[in-house]
Amino acid sequence: MTALNLSNICKSFGKVEVLRDISLTVEEGEFVVFVGPSGCGKSTLLRVIAGLEDATAGTVEIAGERVNDVPPAKRGIAMVFQTYALYPHLTVRGNMALGLKQEGQAKDVIEARIAEAARMLHLEPYLERRPAELSGGQRQRVAIGRAVVREPELFLFDEPLSNLDAALRMNTRIEIADLHRKLGATMIYVTHDQIEAMTLADRIVVLRNGIVEQVGSPMELYNDPVNRFVAGFLGAPSMNFLPGHVLGKAAEEAGIRPENLRIEESGQLAAEVTHVEHLGGDTNVLVRIESGEILTLRLFGQHAHAVGDSVQVGFDERDVYLFDKDGARLR
Amino acid sequence: MHKARRNPANLIAMHGILILYTCIALFPVFVILINSFKTRKAIFREPLALPGADSFSLIGYETVLRQGDFFGYFQNSMIVTVCSLFFILLFGAMAAFALAEYRFRGNTLMGLYLALGIMIPIRIGTVAILELMVSTGLVNTLMALILVYTAQGLPLAVFILSEFMRGVSDDLKNAGRIDGLSEYMIFFRLALPLVRPALATVAVFNMIPIWNDLWFPLILAPAESTKTLTLGSQVFIGQFVTDWNAVLSALSMAILPVLILYVIFSRQLIRGITSGAVK
Repeated sequence: MTALNLSNICKSFGKVEVLRDISLTVEEGEFVVFVGPSGCGKSTLLRVIAGLEDATAGTVEIAGERVNDVPPAKRGIAMVFQTYALYPHLTVRGNMALGLKQEGQAKDVIEARIAEAARMLHLEPYLERRPAELSGGQRQRVAIGRAVVREPELFLFDEPLSNLDAALRMNTRIEIADLHRKLGATMIYVTHDQIEAMTLADRIVVLRNGIVEQVGSPMELYNDPVNRFVAGFLGAPSMNFLPGHVLGKAAEEAGIRPENLRIEESGQLAAEVTHVEHLGGDTNVLVRIESGEILTLRLFGQHAHAVGDSVQVGFDERDVYLFDKDGARLR
Repeated sequence: MHKARRNPANLIAMHGILILYTCIALFPVFVILINSFKTRKAIFREPLALPGADSFSLIGYETVLRQGDFFGYFQNSMIVTVCSLFFILLFGAMAAFALAEYRFRGNTLMGLYLALGIMIPIRIGTVAILELMVSTGLVNTLMALILVYTAQGLPLAVFILSEFMRGVSDDLKNAGRIDGLSEYMIFFRLALPLVRPALATVAVFNMIPIWNDLWFPLILAPAESTKTLTLGSQVFIGQFVTDWNAVLSALSMAILPVLILYVIFSRQLIRGITSGAVK
């Protein structure tokens, strides 16, 4: 069944067009990630789905019902915010209970759901604490718990990990993935972090300037980007772009991923090492080729290259992506 | 910053200046208090002396309590001040919330219009206000004073509070909306508690001028039953003779309630000032 259907959504603030003609279908149980640089309209799109903003044009359907004129609380959604947005004057229990009380649920139902969510998110010891007495990671788990207890048709996450530090971010990411597996619920997740997008999503929606650039599974997007923007946005370190003629191509621009470059005697490009990053598992090597461009190489394992070394950089022809002058992919 | 704090010379200088200022600020209050307990002759002979065995007298307080309905005046002042503050804070916060939260045509213009009152003293409109009160039959009622003071306090309240309302997290309000809270509940249960320090600031700013005002009580509500404390105390100040004992005693007693209200609000005030600093 279709969990969410957006058709021709437009949104403008005054004269500024933030979303342009966005159509998208999300199937039940899918984990869809909206990703894009800041200002691309991904959060606005999420807020339109939530009902916090009204679309200027187009229709939003949740579980087959048109919800354009339905207030947020009646749309069968729950949302997790970047800043957690916990009610500061309520305990963890109170935070989770508020939405259910407003729905008019019976006391024992509320208690049971809170107990279940607290067990799932390891929040049992903190139920009587206030948000101010919790750490960032705990607060975000409470915010997720507040969404879980409502048993919504649709979970909306608005950059939920941005305020957490790196270690916690990875743990919470895994928890969210776990949660998705356990609940089997439909989730829509907004982030500017392509690693979160790649690791969590069943499908990624890449947005730029209010339009959808490409929709597909993480590997589809990674291996077969439709344009230069998608190719450059996904992958870390990001793809190297060179003028086409440097590689002897007729195209305006050629792109090649850092892991597809290697240092070898028979390499096609002569280059000089300008910087080396030793990450232990990987080594990132930055080199300047003869035409002056800097390329990033990602080598597996540990390599003893030093700044100033002369090297030959090699690659396979099939790993080169070609783009025309508007950035569209040439195949 | 830390170094300056630990340096003993700076510490002494800082506290010295603060103590000096406190003394200057409290001196008039102190003089009023000691003289209210002295005989009339002692007040004039040695205004700065503490009441001694022969100069101690409660005649001022006796006069005040005997003459006129002093507790009535007291009650009137209290009702007017508390009600005005309540309405200023309620309507000011509501207007501020609307200005900060909702996008509508003329939002900025409305904000400017509401803030215009800061620059135009309400007393300029006294004649028109009096005419209005006469034709609505509100002359000599406490309601007249409450309405005028509310109008007088609103501009500054809206101005200060809308700045603070903008600081209330959007995500929090949106979380409330998704949980099914109405806009009123979001205002009362989420926004208001978070701007409490600002509410206290506005309350303190408005409380003292209202409590001390002589102008509007004199013009709008001079009847015996609606006299405020400030107006009531004026009976002791004559053109030729002034009963200083009574005036000073009345003033001393008038300080108390303001002091109590101030203590209540100032705890919030200090919390508001320091909350951002020590996060």
